[in-house]
Amino acid sequence: MPSSISTWGSSVVETVWSFLSGLPWDVIAIQTINGIVTGMILALVASGLTLIFGIMDVVNFAHGELFMLGAYIGVVVLAASGNFWVALVVAVLTVALIGAALQIATLRPLVGRDPLTTILATFGISLVLQNYALWHFGPVARKIQEPFTGQFALFYLQYPWYRLLIALLSAIIIGGLWAFLKYGTYGIWIRATTQDRVMAQAMGIPVPWVHTMVFAIGAGMAAASGVLFGPLVGVSHTMGLDWVLKAFIVVVVGGMGNLGGSIAAAIFISLLEAYASIFVSPAQAVIVSFVALILTLLFRPTGLFVPTPK
Amino acid sequence: MMQTSKRHAAFYWIGFSVVMALLVAAPLVLPEFWRRFLTEVLIWGLLAMSSDLLIGYVGMVSFGHSVFFGLGAYGVAAALLTVRPPNLWLAVLYGLAFSAAAGLFVAYFSTRLRDIYFAITTLIFSQIFYVVVFTWTDVTGGENGLTFSRPQLGIPGVYTQPFTTETLHWFVLAMVAGSYLVLRRITQSPFGMVLQSIRENEARTRAIGYPVGRYKIVAVMLSGVFAGLAGVLYAIQKQFADPTLLYFLTSGEVVIFNVMGGIGTLVGPIVGAGFFLGMREAFGRLLGEQFPYLIPVGVIFILMVIFLPQGLLGFARRWLNR
Repeated sequence: MPSSISTWGSSVVETVWSFLSGLPWDVIAIQTINGIVTGMILALVASGLTLIFGIMDVVNFAHGELFMLGAYIGVVVLAASGNFWVALVVAVLTVALIGAALQIATLRPLVGRDPLTTILATFGISLVLQNYALWHFGPVARKIQEPFTGQFALFYLQYPWYRLLIALLSAIIIGGLWAFLKYGTYGIWIRATTQDRVMAQAMGIPVPWVHTMVFAIGAGMAAASGVLFGPLVGVSHTMGLDWVLKAFIVVVVGGMGNLGGSIAAAIFISLLEAYASIFVSPAQAVIVSFVALILTLLFRPTGLFVPTPK
Repeated sequence: MMQTSKRHAAFYWIGFSVVMALLVAAPLVLPEFWRRFLTEVLIWGLLAMSSDLLIGYVGMVSFGHSVFFGLGAYGVAAALLTVRPPNLWLAVLYGLAFSAAAGLFVAYFSTRLRDIYFAITTLIFSQIFYVVVFTWTDVTGGENGLTFSRPQLGIPGVYTQPFTTETLHWFVLAMVAGSYLVLRRITQSPFGMVLQSIRENEARTRAIGYPVGRYKIVAVMLSGVFAGLAGVLYAIQKQFADPTLLYFLTSGEVVIFNVMGGIGTLVGPIVGAGFFLGMREAFGRLLGEQFPYLIPVGVIFILMVIFLPQGLLGFARRWLNR
């Protein structure tokens, strides 16, 4: 008897083993790294979006266009200066200024109205910016040269170091934002405004300027991700659309206005898509993240990565 | 009281008849280009009007109407490409069935959320359907879409004639006017009153005992069916269906029509569609075809959101809904 159990057991082990060894582990490892890299970029885009939403109740439809604008400014400055890092910094600062100007011109008059009107206004902004980019830069995609082209061997691939650097830089920027919100004086102003707008105002915090600053920070983060991501895909006037949709999914899955949740959800969604694209085409892999969204809405409409509301 | 409401009804129907008479007579006097333009305005207006049922009366901003619109058009394509001989009414039926099914699906999930969350969810649904239609090349034709020829107008086997620009206009006008009257009746019915009370105070409506969730699902489905009808008419006019109809920018334009024309008026969105498409023509001629008309139109839209949130027909809102 024991021998038959052991043969049965060993046959199970063998089946599992043959199944596991049948899986393309090298592909899975590569896709894990890819997923984390895209996830970090996405987290950078989504954390700007969720910051703006959490503090101002503004769903920023123009976020993808700020991302796109950052990438284009990166292209222009890179061509002029020849230095990637200068391009990154200039793009971030310029788009932050543009964001501040847009906030003052269009969102400030809408304070106190239905939050839905801010969707309309930012949708209008996104149309204008996108068509401006089409008109000014033309329909042909531009290319940003990566700052260095080193590669390392990863299974059968030569994997570019630059991709890992993107993930690292995104993590540093998000970490910096977190530290700023936690310890910086202005960060404390921002958190105070989130918690209670009226009380913050009563304490002498200039709430309208906090809003402008938050919008500028969010815009700058979108621009940073645009420049960083530029070398991986072409820079075109429609590049923002995909990203803003993905960022919306992330923000809903992670729980609206929740920074940590958005970051977790960004990596989660990107990994899901990366694994799915092993089996289907990348265009169809997007559907996996839609399914994740629908399941989230069904079972945890407040978001996957937030504590259960009482 | 009785006197004023009677007088209001008289004025209202006189106004309605005058506008209808103008629209009926329009193709007889307008040149070919403007005839088509007017038909197109009516079709986009119907789509915007269907979305107004949600925006203006239930207070839910949908960015998913492109789904119903696009699937209505694909329904026409399905009927005209698979069933022989091609039949106009079957095409209409297919289109409505497609959009109603999509409406049920979208409504079931998205009505669990409110306000901004509803808007974002419907936006993502439009992207879901877009990706499915775009990648399912064998059935939907993928990026190229499907082309088909226009069916004949009339009752098959009894009397038929091919569509001309005029008869197509009248056909579209009849559908749009019929939809307007039905939608107006719906908003004034007890059902419509419940929808408006959800807009005013959802918690209280629920407390009174109305199943708010079910009302919202029905509202989204109804709105989706009328949007599907617009898609059907669009497909019949343009003789093709392609994935861009389902793209969320189409939904965004529908919301723009609503805001420009005035939400909660039903006719406002048609005016808004006319205003938008008119501006597209005007800027196209003024600034050249190369210049993207959406830059000036987008700026005007933002200004209207800030300074004229009631839209062009906002001043007549109470009068139109009496």
